[in-house]
Amino acid sequence: MLQAVLSAATEGGETHSPVIPEWYDIIWSSVCFVIILIFFWKYVLPRVQKLLDERGEAIEGNIAKADEAQRKAEAALEEYTAQLADARTEAGRIRETARDDGKKIVAEAKDAATVEAARVTASAQAQIEAERQTALVTLRSEVGTLAIDLASGVIGESLTDDAKATAVVDRFLAELEASEAAAGGKK
Amino acid sequence: MFVAARAELHAPKQEKALLANALNLLVPMSTDDGGFHGPSINEFFPGPLLFEDTPFEINRIMLVRYVAVIALLLVFWLGTRRMSVVPGRFQSLVEMGLDMVRVNIADDLLGKKDGKRFLPILTTMFFMILFMNLTGVIPFLNIAGTSVIGVPLVLAIVAYVTFIYAGVKKSPKNFFKNSLFPSGVPWPVYIIVTPIEFISTFIIRPITLTLRLMMNMIVGHLLLVLFFAATQFFVVTMSGWWTLLGVGTLAFGLAFTLFEVLVAVLQAYVFALLTAVYIQLAVAEEH
Repeated sequence: MLQAVLSAATEGGETHSPVIPEWYDIIWSSVCFVIILIFFWKYVLPRVQKLLDERGEAIEGNIAKADEAQRKAEAALEEYTAQLADARTEAGRIRETARDDGKKIVAEAKDAATVEAARVTASAQAQIEAERQTALVTLRSEVGTLAIDLASGVIGESLTDDAKATAVVDRFLAELEASEAAAGGKK
Repeated sequence: MFVAARAELHAPKQEKALLANALNLLVPMSTDDGGFHGPSINEFFPGPLLFEDTPFEINRIMLVRYVAVIALLLVFWLGTRRMSVVPGRFQSLVEMGLDMVRVNIADDLLGKKDGKRFLPILTTMFFMILFMNLTGVIPFLNIAGTSVIGVPLVLAIVAYVTFIYAGVKKSPKNFFKNSLFPSGVPWPVYIIVTPIEFISTFIIRPITLTLRLMMNMIVGHLLLVLFFAATQFFVVTMSGWWTLLGVGTLAFGLAFTLFEVLVAVLQAYVFALLTAVYIQLAVAEEH
């Protein structure tokens, strides 16, 4: 039945089985295949491979560049941090020096003041001593004169003879001092 | 009375005509009476256009194949003419197609090294089949270049030769041992297994490759022709209420056109994939 239908369907009596190849079919199919194979093999795929390689390189290059940039940035940061630390140390050192200098200056000023004060005190004492000596000498001469006048008056005799007078006064004073000293020693 | 006599006189002829009409409706068959034109197997063997009765005969289907080849060359020439590292839209599309074969078929199954070796063959198979399949749904071409046995057969032979070459090149001993005497089987079983393995590997493989592709395309074409011929018949020949049926068949025709696009891609993929699998089995150390 199927055979009948098929033969009815194929007019003109010539039956074609779809699984029996014709020579021209095979030949033209092969030609198409060879053309496409050569086209892909020799033209398309090498170009695509080249492109893929280039793309891979580009990506790798970019990664390398990024790495480089990263490394540079890190180096810069390190340097900066180091500089900052140096600056901090330097600042600390300067502060320390300044503090020391300040202390030294204060101490020097103190010393100078002390010395000055000592000098002033010494000169004041020297002056006082000098004035005391002057006063002593003046007093002594005046006491002498006074005593001689007093004695002259008492003894009625003028102790005009200077030498004598001086000797008397000195003796008197010496006695006086001796008695004072004795009194002081007793005390 | 006279009319009846005449009718009786013509009865055998009418019977024949009725039978023919019934066949017209039931079976794909060409008639020239303006009735239903069903698809027939003869559509795959159109009349010759050039070089009639020589091995270089050219008919409509051969021309359709040339169109597919030219389209393929054009698309890939334009797509890879000026390739840039950062691809444009068209280049991306072409690259995507090539990547499908390179990554999903070649590299996945064969690994980087063998994948690269057999990539030209696999790429050629995939795109040749794809472009020639797609001509089946392209207006005015309307027939798949792969629906005649030549292309499927040639490609199946290429696949056959390729996987045998790959196996023999790698290690002839291993290849035939793995193909015919699978390991892990007690030796008496080889009496049964070896003939089966031989038939399945060396005879069935190319035949299934060929027939799967060709039959898919033939059936797809016949379905589409059936739907559109029916639409033509219902709308134009019958008209009236029959037009409604015609709308139905047209809708089916459109749906199956989309389905054919899917089948076109799928068959191309399956063909290239199976070839890769056969090569992979041939170069495998042990399986």
